[in-house]
Amino acid sequence: MDAHGVAALDPALDTFPKLVRRNAERIPGKVAIREKDYGIWQSYTWRDYYEQARLIALGLASLGFRRGDKLVIVGDNRPQLYWAVMATQALGGVPVPVYQDSVEKEMEFVVDHAEARFAVVEDQEQVDKLLLVMNACPRLERVIYDDARGMRAYAAPSLMGLAELQEAGKKFEVGHPTYLDEEMARGRADDVAIICYTSGTTGMPKGAMLSHRNLLVTARNAAAFDGVGPDEEILSYLPMAWVGDHVFSYAQAIALGFTINCPESAATVLHDLKEIGPTYFFAPPRIWENILTTVMVRIEDCAWPKRRLVQLFLGLAQEMERARLDRRPVPAWRRLLYPLGRLLVYAPLRDNLGMRRVRRAYTAGEAIGPEIFVFFRALGINVKQIYGMTEASVFLTIQKDGDVRLDTAGTPIPGVELRISSEGEVLYRSPGVFQGYYKNDEATRQTREDGWVRSGDAGFLDADGHLRIIDRAKDVTRLADGTLFAPKYLENKLKFSPFVKEAVCIGQDRPWVAALVNIDLTAVGNWAERRNIAYTSYTDLSQKPEVYDLIAREVARVNRSLTEDAVLRGAQIRKFLILHKELDPDDEEITRTRKVRRGHVARKYAALIDALYGDRDHVQVEAQVTYEDGRTGTIRAAVSIREVAP
Amino acid sequence: MSDPLLEVRDISVRFGALLALDRVSVEIARGEILAIIGPNGAGKTTLLNVISGFYHPYEGRIVFEGRDRTRLAPPDVAALGIARTFQNVALFKGMSVLDNIMTGRLLKMRGSFLLEALYWGPARRQELAHRAIVERIIDFLEIQAIRKTPAGRLPYGLQKRVELARALAAEPTLLLLDEPMAGMNVEEKEDMCRFVLDVTQEFGTTIALIEHDMGVVMDISDRVVVLDYGQKIADGPPEQVRKDQAVLDAYLGVAHD
Repeated sequence: MDAHGVAALDPALDTFPKLVRRNAERIPGKVAIREKDYGIWQSYTWRDYYEQARLIALGLASLGFRRGDKLVIVGDNRPQLYWAVMATQALGGVPVPVYQDSVEKEMEFVVDHAEARFAVVEDQEQVDKLLLVMNACPRLERVIYDDARGMRAYAAPSLMGLAELQEAGKKFEVGHPTYLDEEMARGRADDVAIICYTSGTTGMPKGAMLSHRNLLVTARNAAAFDGVGPDEEILSYLPMAWVGDHVFSYAQAIALGFTINCPESAATVLHDLKEIGPTYFFAPPRIWENILTTVMVRIEDCAWPKRRLVQLFLGLAQEMERARLDRRPVPAWRRLLYPLGRLLVYAPLRDNLGMRRVRRAYTAGEAIGPEIFVFFRALGINVKQIYGMTEASVFLTIQKDGDVRLDTAGTPIPGVELRISSEGEVLYRSPGVFQGYYKNDEATRQTREDGWVRSGDAGFLDADGHLRIIDRAKDVTRLADGTLFAPKYLENKLKFSPFVKEAVCIGQDRPWVAALVNIDLTAVGNWAERRNIAYTSYTDLSQKPEVYDLIAREVARVNRSLTEDAVLRGAQIRKFLILHKELDPDDEEITRTRKVRRGHVARKYAALIDALYGDRDHVQVEAQVTYEDGRTGTIRAAVSIREVAP
Repeated sequence: MSDPLLEVRDISVRFGALLALDRVSVEIARGEILAIIGPNGAGKTTLLNVISGFYHPYEGRIVFEGRDRTRLAPPDVAALGIARTFQNVALFKGMSVLDNIMTGRLLKMRGSFLLEALYWGPARRQELAHRAIVERIIDFLEIQAIRKTPAGRLPYGLQKRVELARALAAEPTLLLLDEPMAGMNVEEKEDMCRFVLDVTQEFGTTIALIEHDMGVVMDISDRVVVLDYGQKIADGPPEQVRKDQAVLDAYLGVAHD
């Protein structure tokens, strides 16, 4: 390995298909993928992995797949879809995973922009969308599906079952016995391995091209940095279209030869997590929040002796964890009580969440609320923050064991160099730096600055070399009087409350900060039921005066905690309102990865925002909503505005 | 009809002085979805109850797969391959979804009490085989996430789905659904429609269903039978029945007032 952490890659093992073949030879009987199907975890070994993917590749070859062709992949995490990724790469093609909950319009953009000729999808839901997309994208020739359910009557000649494709592959191999090995041998480390379309908080998605070398070197460097080994078990439950899943479930799994587990369905993830007990786990902050909310709701539902006991010990552990993170000494009586807490509360709870075996868990994508972070660490789950992005093949920094802090994202992994620009933006160089955006040189150029890549995030390196991210560079702004205002920082603080699902803070060039809040229906609904507050719908619940009181207390809590921060204490929330509908990716208010699209929200709710800065106590609204089937409708409501005592 | 799966010939049912069904004849062809519609009290549920053996007609015959079985009791009817769901959900509330669906396999289970209790030998193999079939149905109806949930804790729409699962677990040739979509919201109805259509496609099951939602009826049924005051007033494809004057009268209330 040279100074930049770039190892020269062995040409016989420089692409993922070659590595899968190596795994099939060296560890043929080791489980590569498990999938829960028909209630049982079904296992596929590395030999199965390679054999299945090989047949898919040969089948594609029989359909005339050429080097450089793009193949769209849509569906939940399924072994068949991971095999399709390898099959495509084996033929020198480029897989393009698409978010499975994309509406037709979004899918059409990607299929058209990527010039995809083939698609491998999970089931009828995706086939229906792609058949519609096909009308506008004549380049798309074949749609191959895994689950035939409900499609007996489908007659489109472009449709084909995956089993049928693999049969065709077997026949093709008889006439071309060396075809696949030759194609695989032509693969090079610098070939594009995948195009990941970034969901983008602004504008149309951009397709980031990552090469085998980018992914392989970064995956290995990160694993070496943090001691990730070949015996890991992970749960592959995050969208395949997201680069994180590709790196954890595909790149690292293949490079290290560990086992990935595909949940039974999106609704069973938490249950499957418990059954698998992963050793290596990744979740974006919103998942940690969801888990925390579920735990909090269950604690609230306990009988009081149990509840008091749990709250007592959780409080103790969180105090200790805070002290440890702040490098403060922990009082002896707390240290003495901790083993009792572990016996009674922490270990059972950790086991119940399926995190008993977790050696390291990562959170990234957005800043995590400090309270959430402390909660899980206090239970003894080694949650660590990492920082990265699609354009860097994910990993830039990781918190090392024993060097975990509340407000940083850790130190750079081998091969990564960081620099802060004069405007305060984080710049990086690494072997994982992407090849560019597909067919968008202009956007690629905008990310480059003197040989460095712009992250788009504002941050700084502290005295110990830890990276601290403040916010999106373009979002860190100032109030009218020049006070520094970092909206996401405030929003994360609000979102720690189990009652707050989403929040948008406004304040740029305004006299003070105002917030739009989304309540969490599960938590607030539960809270309301226990207090005999009747409600009919989300909209109705959101406008109850009692709910406003509840949220006002949360806002006051955030304001109190803000007074401790010297830089940001001026930006406290003065007024807030509770939105009458949930922010929804179908309405383009948040991205599919649940990041708020600030610009869009500001435009859409301009009337509400104006009212926040006016002197009325409520405002009438009408909002367009898009249902899951694409139809639109209108919601009318009177939204109250609440001022919080400073 | 060349090869009807079930023939109901000139059936009459009487409750005291009330003639609930008055010489009604219906044929159900293999693989079709037949909708039975009609105003309240028209005799729709009575007709299903006669087919499933809950009531016995005082005149008329029922022929299933070519054999007369007018006088059979419900368990015997079920053993022939006719399963049903109920207008009001009839699940074991305290039992898990999985166990509820397993009860749909009861008629197929053989073996001694002792072996079952010991979970040994043939009893164990049998249990596993039944569980495999049940899991296939759970997957089919997309209820994996509630497998272990007590049925009584589920929302109504899901209870209906579990009931359908239990009926399917009997691997019926003919499935009778009594208002499968009653009380559901639009989204739940759409899901249920898809499942009903998929059932015939996937398992080749013939379906007779009672439904009030005309949109649903028109969308999914191959044929519609209309009952009114115990009499059959129309029988044909949905488009034709929709325009039938007698049907319009029955629904618009001309005959009622």
